[in-house]
Amino acid sequence: MAGTPSTYAGVADVATVLILLSEFAMLRAPLLRSQIRLYAFQSLVVTALAIVIASTRHIEELYVLALLSFGLKVVLVPSLVLRLLSKAELELGGSSALGVPSMILLAIGVSAIGFFSIGSLQVHSIALPTTALAISAAVILVAFLPIIFRADVVSQAIGFFSLENGVSVASLVVAAKLPLVVEVAFLFDLLLAVVVFGLIMRLHHGRTGSLSTEELDRLKG
Amino acid sequence: MSSILVILVTMPFAVAVASFFISTKAAKIITIAAGSVAFMLSLALVPSASSRPQIVAGSLLRVDALSVVFLVATTFIYATTAVFASGYLSLSNNDAGKRYGRRFYAGLNLFCWSMTAAPLVNGLALLWVAIEITTVISALLVAIDDTDEATEASWKYVLIASLGLGIALLATIIMYYAGTAVFGSSYELSFTKLLSGAGKFPADVVRLAFVLAVLGYGTKMGLAPVHTWLPDAHSEAPTPVSALLSGALLAISFYAILRYFQIAIRSIGPTFPRDVLLIFGVASLVLASLYLLAQRDIKRLLAYSSVEHMGILAIGMSFAAPIAIVGVLLHVLAHAAAKGTAFFGAGSVVRKFATKDMRKIRGGVDLLPWSGPMFVAAILALSAMPPFGIFRSEFLIVAGGLQNPGDIATVVLVMLVTMAFFGLSWFATQTMLSPKDTSIAPGPSGVASLVKGEVSIYIVISMGIGLVALVILGVHPPEVLLRLLNQAAAELGRPR
Repeated sequence: MAGTPSTYAGVADVATVLILLSEFAMLRAPLLRSQIRLYAFQSLVVTALAIVIASTRHIEELYVLALLSFGLKVVLVPSLVLRLLSKAELELGGSSALGVPSMILLAIGVSAIGFFSIGSLQVHSIALPTTALAISAAVILVAFLPIIFRADVVSQAIGFFSLENGVSVASLVVAAKLPLVVEVAFLFDLLLAVVVFGLIMRLHHGRTGSLSTEELDRLKG
Repeated sequence: MSSILVILVTMPFAVAVASFFISTKAAKIITIAAGSVAFMLSLALVPSASSRPQIVAGSLLRVDALSVVFLVATTFIYATTAVFASGYLSLSNNDAGKRYGRRFYAGLNLFCWSMTAAPLVNGLALLWVAIEITTVISALLVAIDDTDEATEASWKYVLIASLGLGIALLATIIMYYAGTAVFGSSYELSFTKLLSGAGKFPADVVRLAFVLAVLGYGTKMGLAPVHTWLPDAHSEAPTPVSALLSGALLAISFYAILRYFQIAIRSIGPTFPRDVLLIFGVASLVLASLYLLAQRDIKRLLAYSSVEHMGILAIGMSFAAPIAIVGVLLHVLAHAAAKGTAFFGAGSVVRKFATKDMRKIRGGVDLLPWSGPMFVAAILALSAMPPFGIFRSEFLIVAGGLQNPGDIATVVLVMLVTMAFFGLSWFATQTMLSPKDTSIAPGPSGVASLVKGEVSIYIVISMGIGLVALVILGVHPPEVLLRLLNQAAAELGRPR
């Protein structure tokens, strides 16, 4: 076995790499619309990964999960955020505290930290590939960057949603056999979070007339 | 006994749904009733929880001594806040007022429901789900006043807390991963199971899960440096919600950390988990005691005091002596009562003076004959003055710390708590015990035009209940409660 990864591990690795790359692409996407599309693509890869795991490891419940996550993360969330955008008549994201090149450099740095720190755990397990887990740790860390450096509510929310994608991948890879009730509860919670993010984004837009977070400096000290 | 668990986890939800459809007046009454019943039921669990290892109901609900401590704290705040809220809210009788009342009471009960459910569920995954629900509901409650500040606070809160919970979810999954080494790839994440197998979990994985859990749940608990949402949300939320956030929500997040702590010390020994908590605790205490010295906003002051007390809890857990852990658990109860009472008092003051700016509040004790002195008492209780409960709990924590003579953390703790005491007492004397100042004019009419008198009798009642509880905890805690605390501390501190 040593040296050649199994098909399952290979697919898991490729999928997580795609997810990491779409995370990087979000960092350089200036249009909010394209950030949302990238998020939809990323969620699609997560769904595909769930289906692959369901079929290769014969975990039927994961099909349900894949269906739910497709409906929620590929269709519902992106279309809701796009609708908010069309109301706000805004194309470009808010100003960013860091330029794209420095943000990408930083992203490479933090993803290396995530990758190697999880990789160094050295947990041996036949069924569970640690490489994919390490890459999903990188996805989670990179997802923090748009939240920290971009000054508009859409980028920040999409950053959080893609962080959740990273956690989903980690859970698919290492905890695919988590009881279904728990998985559904996770998704239900995500749905709630999305609704609340959406509500507060609308409230924010209603009050300030923009999606920028630069005016959010009244509360300090 | 197990039927009590089922009632506790269903009743507040039913009340929340009901209060969306009935009049605000009826919602006030059933909320007070639900809170009081929940508190009584939690108290009814105390004797059996302190003598039995656990009480289960089905595979989803389970309590032991540790969860009952947090259950009692949460339901106490639930009951007293329900009383306070009915005096604090002054809603106009038009459609907007009715809509606000419906939303407020439905949200309040849902929030309390999720916080009551958190210590009742059996397992790390369900615990995460319950705490995530507390976030989304409380974020909406923070935004409910629909001002610029409330919108800003709720955005920061929902974003930062959700990120924290994202990390906590990762911690949950990694702990599951650690368990697969013992239980195989498919198993239930229940506490009983995790605690039984923890001794054989791979150490590095548990370490990672523990640090992520402290960082993730610590965000909701208000540990520095991930506390940044806390002062904003606490100050901009309606005051009943601030009391719930501070008295119950922070404690519930601490409960989640303690569950990871319990698993971690069985798996990797106590040193590493204690060090992690010590670092976060000292950071929180340093930051909070400095900010307490320079606050101008009365509710932000109390918010930073919460950061301070969460720091004390974390430091207390880092002490090896069992007596310190008893102190920590007593502190959870006493802090809930004291912070609830203090926020109720702040609510009374804010309603009276129509400002949160402490420079514009003078002569509080003169103008509020009952809630004024009780507010001062609550502030003194928060600064750990005897005869209140926090004095006893901090004393136990410090006594536990001093048992290890080489531990300088105790000295740091006492120094920083003293600094926080200066901040709080400076504020109390400035605003409450000073004479009425006619030269400053808060609101449209000025202090001079304010007449002596209480805002509402309900506020006075809720504060009275809180202070009585604090005195009981400080002077003579009931025997059965002490047994519960000892039992919980023994469960927490048992290394293998």
